[in-house]
Amino acid sequence: METSILIETVVKAVVVLSVFAALAGFTTYIERKILAFMQRRLGPMNVGPHGLLQLAADGIKLFTKEDFIPANAARPVFMIAPIITAATAFIAMTAIPFFPEFELFGYTVRPIIADINVGVLFVLGVASVGLYGPLLAGMSSANKWALLGGARTAIQLLSYEVVSGLALLAPLMLVGSLSLIDINNYQAGGFTNWIIWSQPMAFILFVIAGFAETNRTPFDLLEHEAEIVAGYATEYSGLRWGMFFIGEYANLFTVCFLISLIFLGGFNDLWFIPGGLAIVLKVMMLIFFFLWTRASWPHIRPDQLMWLCWKVLMPLSVINILITGLILMF
Amino acid sequence: MSLDKLKNRDVSVDDYINIFEDNYPKTSWEHFKQVIKRSLKGELFKGLGIVLNIMRQALFKGEMQTVQYPAEKLPIGPRYRAVHKLLALLESGENRCIGCGLCEKICIADCIRMDTRIDENSRKEVLEYTINMGRCIFCGYCAEVCPELAIVHGGRYENASEQRAHFALKEDLLTPLDKLLEQKEYPGFGAVSPDADKKIKKTPLLY
Repeated sequence: METSILIETVVKAVVVLSVFAALAGFTTYIERKILAFMQRRLGPMNVGPHGLLQLAADGIKLFTKEDFIPANAARPVFMIAPIITAATAFIAMTAIPFFPEFELFGYTVRPIIADINVGVLFVLGVASVGLYGPLLAGMSSANKWALLGGARTAIQLLSYEVVSGLALLAPLMLVGSLSLIDINNYQAGGFTNWIIWSQPMAFILFVIAGFAETNRTPFDLLEHEAEIVAGYATEYSGLRWGMFFIGEYANLFTVCFLISLIFLGGFNDLWFIPGGLAIVLKVMMLIFFFLWTRASWPHIRPDQLMWLCWKVLMPLSVINILITGLILMF
Repeated sequence: MSLDKLKNRDVSVDDYINIFEDNYPKTSWEHFKQVIKRSLKGELFKGLGIVLNIMRQALFKGEMQTVQYPAEKLPIGPRYRAVHKLLALLESGENRCIGCGLCEKICIADCIRMDTRIDENSRKEVLEYTINMGRCIFCGYCAEVCPELAIVHGGRYENASEQRAHFALKEDLLTPLDKLLEQKEYPGFGAVSPDADKKIKKTPLLY
């Protein structure tokens, strides 16, 4: 019994790691293609049919690039920082149920590495540890642009942790459980039972906070090329730089799965669509939305970002919690 | 036209529309109202719609702007000033240049050199004609000044090459003999007249 659980967990971990590392790479291709179409370009075309093998070419390029460390950098910290980003991005996935249970060769597979009863708390906690990746990278690089990027990491990720945490509180009060599987089962009644209908404000707030925490475009002040060269990643090259971005895209998937699970009905069957497909469709829709906004919306200034967080979103989320609490009471 | 209008040198200023946005919010209540108004206007979603529409046009209506360069090339204008060509005489395939030296004189980048001599028939003969493509700024003065239309600008705009020899040889610039029929003539002093075929008489030797 014990060994079977051990083997199962290891297999699941390896599958999640490999699938999402590959997906993170593939998302760079999708992102380039969709951004290109939205700007009336073709995007990558030459490597493979319609540039499909661009992923492999990019990988080879990243692997074979010179991996240099600046002279005055704090070497061990500089070397560890990208690992923190990538590792926390994947550790956060351990508590996420990706699909409904299914049978494989007569063996019931539960597609979650560890079903802990505080899943949401675990995911949010590990994702907030991910803040140390860019922060330490920026502070150890011996580069003023990187330092600015690191400082922005601290203000942005730390501030939006508050908003995302408070935004999630209201749906959690409704469900009464921190387990993502319980939250998913709460919405089992179909389309009308989705939490987005009872908590639209929390949904909007959490999506906005998700943009900020995954460093996506309206809020990607961490490595804003137009202002601070490449922010915390200025001095990074090759595989270390690649790990930052694998982590970023893995975080993107984590946030999209979280939004789908908590607000959009999770992996419950949707009309005629089976649950496993439904959640994939939802996640793909959300990722398309993330790319779509990148093509259409401008960056904002750091002061506007802080204004939005502390003067708009935080009060709104508190009011949302208050109203939810009052309704639950009476 | 009145004198006032004639004296007005700032012609374009009249077309400008000055926007004075003097209704800036002053009190914090007005600030708040502005924030609410802008938040509920849905302008961000209008932007999303425009971008999606562009994507639809690009994908389904063929409004893709990309030119896949080495495979397909955009047509360029007939008088585009790219790498020079030396035109040949249609009768003999010889260089049309008479060695007057005007192009060498007028060249502001100082990149044309010619070497001439008086041959035994007391005619000027061009021995060597070089254009330093590294210095040429493609201003087109040489083609403009040439009385015989011997030097013109061709359409070859891909100038990069790995080999030194590709840049300087006169034989490359001069219309080759087998391409003589394709030589494009521009109207001007040195050009063949449009009805040249009628005017040319066959030499007695051909009879």
